Amino acid sequence: MAIKGAIVIDTERCKGCSVCVGACPNQVIALSKNVNGKGYNYAEATKDDCIGCASCAMVCPDGVITVYKAKL
Amino acid sequence: MFNPDIIKPENLVYKRTNVLTDAVMHYCPGCGHGTIHRIIAEVIEEMGIQDKAICIAPVGCSVLAYNYFNVDSLGAAHGRAPAIASAIQRLHPNHHTFTYQGDGDLAAIGTGETIHACNRGENIVIIFVNNGIYGMTGGQMAPTTLLGMKTATTPYGRCVELNGYPLQITELLADLPGTYYVTRQSVQTPAAVRKAKKAIRQAFENQKNHKGTSFVEILSNCNSGWKKTPVEANKWMEENMMAKYVPGDIKVDGVKVR
Ligand code: SF4
Ligand code: SF4
Repeated sequence: MAIKGAIVIDTERCKGCSVCVGACPNQVIALSKNVNGKGYNYAEATKDDCIGCASCAMVCPDGVITVYKAKL
Repeated sequence: MFNPDIIKPENLVYKRTNVLTDAVMHYCPGCGHGTIHRIIAEVIEEMGIQDKAICIAPVGCSVLAYNYFNVDSLGAAHGRAPAIASAIQRLHPNHHTFTYQGDGDLAAIGTGETIHACNRGENIVIIFVNNGIYGMTGGQMAPTTLLGMKTATTPYGRCVELNGYPLQITELLADLPGTYYVTRQSVQTPAAVRKAKKAIRQAFENQKNHKGTSFVEILSNCNSGWKKTPVEANKWMEENMMAKYVPGDIKVDGVKVR
C-alpha cells in the first residue's frame, strides 16, 4: 500500500513567494515560468511524488494550497 | 495536474479555513502575517468559537486584519488594542477577545497599554508579531530592531549610543504577575507553524478557563523591509532574530520556565 498525495494551488491567488518550494520534503513544487493575472510566477506541482503531508500548505502565507491524501 | 484521481472530498487533508474571509490579503509575498492570520483562524475554527471571537486590530501592516478574519472585529487607535480588549472582554467574559499587534504598535506607542493590561491580568489573548521593523511606513527602526540592523532610519545599522538596545518586551511581560502564559514562536517552517498554532490554541484555552493574560510573540519576516527575498528573509530570521529573541515558552501556567 502506498500513500499518494495531491495538491491544488489557487494560482490566481498565489504570490510566487517560493516559501512552499523549500518546505516540501519531496521537492514537488517549483515556480512556473508563466505568470498569473497579478504578474506573479505562481507555484505548481512538477512531479508525481506528493505524499500529502501538507507541509507546503502549512507555510503558505496566502493559504492557497489544498491538499489531498489517499492510500492506494 | 498530478494524481487527479485522488482529488476528492473524502481524501481532503488540508484546506483554507472559512474563519478567514475570501479577501486577498494585501501583505507582501511571503510575509509571515498571512500564515499567522491563518493559524489563528484555524484555532478559532477547531475550538468552535467563531461566534465568540473578537479581534482587535492594530495600526501597522496588519491594520486591515478585520478584513481577513471572519469574526467580529474592531480597529483600535495606535497601540491601544490591549486597553480596548480589556474593556470588551470584561463586558463579554465568556467571549474570546484577542489583539493582533506588530512590534511598532505593541512595543513602541502601545507599551503603556500593553504593560498595564498584562499587569492587571486581563483575560485576553495578545498576539504579538515581531519582525523588528516598521513595515507599513517604509522600514524604519522599531524598538525590536537588532543592533547593527540597517533600516530607513538607521542606515548605518542600529547602534546603542544613538538608538539604545532592542527591547525584549516579552521577557519583561513574563515578570508581571498578571501574565499566565508567555511564549515566543515563529512561522518560517512547517514544524514552527505547527508549534505556533499549538501555542495559540493554549492561549485561547487559558482564556476559556479565565486564567489571565496569555501573550504569544511570533517572530515573522518582513522581507520587503529587510530587503531580502522571502526565503532569504526566513533564513536571516533564524540566524539573527532568533539569537536575540530565543523561541520557546517563557512562562507556563503562571510560572516562569526560563
Ligand atoms: S503535501 Fe507535502 S509532499 Fe505534497 S507538495 Fe505539499 S509539501 Fe510536498
Ligand atoms: S507559499 Fe503560497 S503564495 Fe507562496 S509560492 Fe507557494 S503557493 Fe504561492
